[in-house]
Amino acid sequence: MKRELPRIITLVTGIYLALQYFIPHRASAKVYETLNDWLIVIGIFAIVLGILGLARMHIGKVQQRDPNWPYSLTLLVGLFGMIALGFGGQGLGTPFVRAYFSVLNPIQATMFAMLAFYIASAAYRAFRARTALATILLVSAVIVMVGRVPLGELLWPKFQLGSLTVPGAAEISDWMLNVPNLAAKRAIYIGLGLGGAATALKVVLGIEAPHLRG
Amino acid sequence: MAWHERLLAIDRRVLYALIFLAVLIPSLLPIGLPIKVTPEVQRVYDRIDSLRPGEILMLPLEYDPSTAAELEPMALAILRHAFSKNLRVLGLCLSSTGVTLVESEIAAVAREYGKEYGKDYVYLGYQPYPAVVILTMGENFRTPFPLDYYGTPLDSLPMMRGVRNYNDVALVFTVNATSGIDFWIIYGQGRYKFPFGLGSAAVMATNYYQYVQSGQLFGIISGLRGAAEYEILVGKGNVARKGMDVQSVAHALIIAFIVLGNVAYIVERRRARRAAAAG
Repeated sequence: MKRELPRIITLVTGIYLALQYFIPHRASAKVYETLNDWLIVIGIFAIVLGILGLARMHIGKVQQRDPNWPYSLTLLVGLFGMIALGFGGQGLGTPFVRAYFSVLNPIQATMFAMLAFYIASAAYRAFRARTALATILLVSAVIVMVGRVPLGELLWPKFQLGSLTVPGAAEISDWMLNVPNLAAKRAIYIGLGLGGAATALKVVLGIEAPHLRG
Repeated sequence: MAWHERLLAIDRRVLYALIFLAVLIPSLLPIGLPIKVTPEVQRVYDRIDSLRPGEILMLPLEYDPSTAAELEPMALAILRHAFSKNLRVLGLCLSSTGVTLVESEIAAVAREYGKEYGKDYVYLGYQPYPAVVILTMGENFRTPFPLDYYGTPLDSLPMMRGVRNYNDVALVFTVNATSGIDFWIIYGQGRYKFPFGLGSAAVMATNYYQYVQSGQLFGIISGLRGAAEYEILVGKGNVARKGMDVQSVAHALIIAFIVLGNVAYIVERRRARRAAAAG
């Protein structure tokens, strides 16, 4: 029963939620609303459990003087420090907001800005035309990079050659985004959708039960 | 050492210095490159522009400081457009690290246009689990957000009286750099069929062009370029426009790196092949 009951609940809930989508009745919407409320409540408990688990792990590392314990201490100070500041309100000018703009904001902005340096280095050292496929990727990337900035439009504009309009970088870039890119994305997304539906069906029917493991 | 060997052995700190200068110089000395408005951005502008004063524009602004350089100018341009047309704005942020940033942006633009909180705009703030929040807002905004960001019950805010769910907003436009975009498309637009537009980081935008063609998105604004185009349409703000000069020079330098790196690589590969053939 320990395993059967969760499977039965999954089966009934899964079938109900699939059918509910097609039942535009007030009672059906009410049940759906209640289930969503439960989902939020369960989610909030999961956050509490997550915070407790994270704190326990890092407190243990600090107590045992793990080789990287200062990082764990930083995490604990950041986690509980921001929670404590949050009790003082979260409107503009509060200590919480000042801490956000003085610490988190510059840290995140700096981390992301550093990507520009790595991309520049990778472009020079790793982006090589080693094979035909790599060359296609490289040429496509260069055209899109040129086509997406004003300088590219200025240096490589479309022009008339007799009765023929020769596209510029922006037009070629748009075509690449809207035709080959889109075709590939659609194929991937349709595959993902079918795969997701098949997996959901297996879970609902109890063929696979990842939620019952450990 | 041959020229191509010198090129291949170039110190990476030289590359870092060059990219630093490519960003710094146009930041200090803007070039003012001309920017053309693309049909996708024009479509978004026209759609928002067609709303009547007093209608509610729902603006989930979901990004954090890491992507703010690209998306903040876009959010500001749309907020300016909305407030200049006297639309009412319902803001929220389902990204935990962006909620404070977004609040300050909405408040700043509202001040610029003399808008009053609770009457002209409301900020719902953040709730965890974006997919669930998006689903439950389809029934009632009060389910995930019984209180606004400042702890005020929604029913005591004049703007929210009679506003129950997506049916009561004119359209939803998200400026988003999170996986929440998929949730908005699948659980929001897919289920509740509201008019939906997207502004995203350029690197993510390629994933969502398909939804423009299928009609699930009425338009898409892509990255800093899209933000610059929107600034031109709104006629206010120039952060993104200045940024396009920087991006143009940085892109040109990266393309130069790619070309130089590959020329040196091809010459070296030919030399190695000839040496191998010669025994």
